[in-house]
Amino acid sequence: MLTPLVKERPHLTTLASPPAVPKTAGRMRLRTRWTGWGFVGPFMAVFALVFLAPIAYSLWLSLFQTQLVGGTTFVGLDNYARVLADPQFWDGTGRVALFLLVQVPVMLGISLLVALAIDSGRLYGRDFFRLAIFLPYAVPGVVAALMWGFMYGERFGLVGNFNDLFGTSIPDPLSSALVLPAIGNIVTWEFVGYNMLIFYSALRVVPTSLYEAAEIDGAGPWRVITAIKLPAIRGALVVATIFSIIGSFQLFNEPSILQPLSPNYISTHYTPNLYAYSLSFSGQQYNYSATVAIVMGVLTMIVAYVVQLRGMRKEA
Amino acid sequence: MTIRHHRAVGAFAAAGALALALTACGSGSDGGDAAEAVSPEDISAALEEGGDLLVWAWEPTLDKVVEDFEAEYPNVDVELANVGTGNDHYVALQNAISAGSGVPDVAQMEYYALPQFSIGGSLADLAPLGASELDGTYSPGPWGAVTDGDAVYGLPMDSGPMALFYNAKTFEDAGVEVPATWDEFVTAAEKIHAFDKNTYITADNGDAGFATSMIWQAGGHPFEVSGTDVTVNLADEGSAKFADMWQQLLDDDLVADVPAWSDEWFQGLGSGEIAALVTGAWMPANLESGAAPASGDWRVAPMPQWTEGSNETAENGGSALSVTEASSKKALAYGFLEYANAGDGVATRLEGGNFPATLADLNDEKFLAEESEYFGGQKINEVLSASATGVVTGWQYLPYQVYANSVFPDTVGQAYTGSTSLSDGLAAWQDSIVKYGNEQGFTVGE
Repeated sequence: MLTPLVKERPHLTTLASPPAVPKTAGRMRLRTRWTGWGFVGPFMAVFALVFLAPIAYSLWLSLFQTQLVGGTTFVGLDNYARVLADPQFWDGTGRVALFLLVQVPVMLGISLLVALAIDSGRLYGRDFFRLAIFLPYAVPGVVAALMWGFMYGERFGLVGNFNDLFGTSIPDPLSSALVLPAIGNIVTWEFVGYNMLIFYSALRVVPTSLYEAAEIDGAGPWRVITAIKLPAIRGALVVATIFSIIGSFQLFNEPSILQPLSPNYISTHYTPNLYAYSLSFSGQQYNYSATVAIVMGVLTMIVAYVVQLRGMRKEA
Repeated sequence: MTIRHHRAVGAFAAAGALALALTACGSGSDGGDAAEAVSPEDISAALEEGGDLLVWAWEPTLDKVVEDFEAEYPNVDVELANVGTGNDHYVALQNAISAGSGVPDVAQMEYYALPQFSIGGSLADLAPLGASELDGTYSPGPWGAVTDGDAVYGLPMDSGPMALFYNAKTFEDAGVEVPATWDEFVTAAEKIHAFDKNTYITADNGDAGFATSMIWQAGGHPFEVSGTDVTVNLADEGSAKFADMWQQLLDDDLVADVPAWSDEWFQGLGSGEIAALVTGAWMPANLESGAAPASGDWRVAPMPQWTEGSNETAENGGSALSVTEASSKKALAYGFLEYANAGDGVATRLEGGNFPATLADLNDEKFLAEESEYFGGQKINEVLSASATGVVTGWQYLPYQVYANSVFPDTVGQAYTGSTSLSDGLAAWQDSIVKYGNEQGFTVGE
């Protein structure tokens, strides 16, 4: 249904046919190859230094065990076996999985709603809303967590003031049952604007002629959303979902900042990243910590890949 | 491929060499160096000759000490670097030691963290440099913390004998006497909370430093360390005494569930809603700056006792300066330590608000007679100095206390949420400590 409306692209390939390479110019071909490397070289160098090297080093570290007494020994895959049987690791992983299942749909739902509202053109002060909702993303995560930490204070924070003023008894957001939703709230606040912007820019790309055609066909606003807008931004939805999955599994800033305020509820293994951090920075277990990070990275990749496969298959 | 292979071998060799170096240091500090004793003349010669010294510390009063020191010994150039406070500092230090480069000559060491580095062989034994001569210069608590047998791993910089800091106004309003024993403390806690539901006798949401100090005062020896043999018993008599008493406060919700050093904590101290703190003698400066609104209301009393009329206390916090084993200028570094912590530097630091570890200053008439305006003109140093003389001897920290304290909230902290009891929490903490110790190659018994 969409295809007839999309403009045919000129066939550039026929215009720019590859120049014929003389058979004898072997040296020339060699130089051409090296020219390509010259362009990607700087990127590859940085990529190797800041991406591949740390991964390789972590893999290397994960094969050893360093003890305070006894030094370093090669232990093969023992660390991996230990991670897979570590209840503290799975406790943290379970928590971020729960976080993922609840927080990500809520956040993306709100983002989508806001993006559609702004895109509808019926919103007064559209640019103001767009900016205001995006603004929290510009606040550094650490600052945001600190700020919310102050507001969550039951005794002297905003929650406490609210309770005092209105005689309500809102429970302490940093107590056991509520601390995960409290973190979810911070993350949602931070990233709704970011995801909204992804959706909004995807929506802007949809040609307005489609809407006109739909209107002529008698489609209402809801029909336009479900039949045109959502299918058109499916790619953006998948991308935002994958980003959010990675973000959830890497949850660290918020629990780490709130930990001093709620040390008994945010344990040292609250999220896998926090666990890896505690292991290396207070336990000096760099090897085990590297293993935790690698296992978590692989888990994240698997989940993100599955989501991508599903998302792309539907698109096809 | 071959290049990669070579590199891998190189890295492996480096790791092996490091392990060897560590073991070598470990055996060296057991007394091998003792033969080459250094005379005071050698130290003065090193100071005259001069050189560069790298000092890692966060203690603010050291700035002035370094300035004066450099004026006195113009050939010495001291670089004072603050690489972080507490845990950040230890992480940086441990990393530098593991890497074998960038290790400072002198490092600040809190008493609880010192064994972790001395047993790891990272700190130089100062006894051959003349530190044994200083036995008797410092109060027993800090001196016990820096010594292990004949070895001396640092010179005490300050100390934190514990006392009861209380808001006299709140106590008066509630009609509560200042508690002299822990039984009275529990009764006072009930009365204060009954007087006003927003007011608590103290705040505690699980603090490893406080809990261990309380166990220390109660006569507990939960950690016993001899070389790499560690015995952990967090159910001994002292630990049980503390757990049973403090459990009463938790059960009846009589302590404010506010984390120490948080914004809420300081507000509570300033408003009188947190009416007292049992903590180290370094507290006055923090109250003055953090709880300014309550100026004139606070007083200091001796730490509540387990037996009426006795004077048994514990240390809470405080730190020393140590010379690293990796330092190539140990004599020079020791010269700085002696200046800062036993010589002229002490007076400079006291002026800056440090609480001394040196007996001479603790008993100094002028120091004792000082009247604190914040404390309504009370001669607080009299009380605090008396506490320093009552510190129970024989306490030991774990050789990996930094880690143990980091998992305290995961275990004992659960008692503060009501999901378990303090004694069960302590048992869980013990399990973590034993497990970690064995993983790290210690022989940990229970």
